Amino acid sequence: MRFADWRCLLRPGDWFVLLFAALLTAALFPLVWRGGGAGKAVVRANGEIVAEVGLNEPRSITVDGPLGITRIEIAPGRARVAADPSPRQYCVRQGWLTQANSIAICAPNRVSLALVGRNRAYDSLNY
Amino acid sequence: MIRSTTEITLTPDADDHRIARYSAVAIALSVAEAAIPLPLPGVKPGLGNIVTLVVLMRYGWRDAAWVSLLRVFAASLLLGSFLAPGFFLSLCGALASLAALAMAVRLPRRWFGPVTMSLAASFAHIAGQLVLARLWLVPHDGVFLLSPVFALAALVFGLANGLAAARWLADDAVDQSSPASGPQAR
Repeated sequence: MRFADWRCLLRPGDWFVLLFAALLTAALFPLVWRGGGAGKAVVRANGEIVAEVGLNEPRSITVDGPLGITRIEIAPGRARVAADPSPRQYCVRQGWLTQANSIAICAPNRVSLALVGRNRAYDSLNY
Repeated sequence: MIRSTTEITLTPDADDHRIARYSAVAIALSVAEAAIPLPLPGVKPGLGNIVTLVVLMRYGWRDAAWVSLLRVFAASLLLGSFLAPGFFLSLCGALASLAALAMAVRLPRRWFGPVTMSLAASFAHIAGQLVLARLWLVPHDGVFLLSPVFALAALVFGLANGLAAARWLADDAVDQSSPASGPQAR
């Protein structure tokens, strides 16, 4: 059966409904990514919260740790550890964090940067 | 001899036979479909619904509801999932589909054919399933993050099933217009 044979099975309103269904599906897709959008950044030093800032405007935060100064950079919708004295630089190399509940931990300097969404999700789940 | 008062005699009429026949086809399709490996639980073609659509277009909503619900129950019994979570998801999806079909079937036939019915039913099906899953199985809004995947499946399989049903109806219409028409005419 060729395409034209299948096409004649669709009535005019069917095309309309099909288009509507396709648009609905397309409209749902951003949900996959937007669902984890972050609202604010929480900076901890030695386990205690030192800063809690919204991801609205760019700014820079410096935190003192046992090894030295960790510099955290906030930008609209994202945040990163810009500089850190840790030897292996894991938290710096993680780059920009954009998703809620993502975290960059600079363990040697005891500093962490976490993004939280509008409502707190779980760190982990087990069954 | 006094007739037993507990003995109930049921005489199936033509409607019952017809519904049973269509249900049997739908159940066979559902069972056959269970053999197809699928990447994600909950995403499946729902081939049994082709039969529901054909019955809906030919005999109306009441018969379609019978065929659809009989298929859900019988197929789950055959596959061993009766009263398991999957069965309730299936049932909830079928009920939502039937509710959507009850509305869709009122649309003018000239403009809206089986594909419209199929898409309405498939989208209602995933909506019903997601609502039940959110309320009962995964009480967290996270399940809705899967909705685009289910919507895409509903779009693709809804279109495919609708076209299959339209083809079935069109082929039978051709058969009936020929002199050797089957007993299907009504």
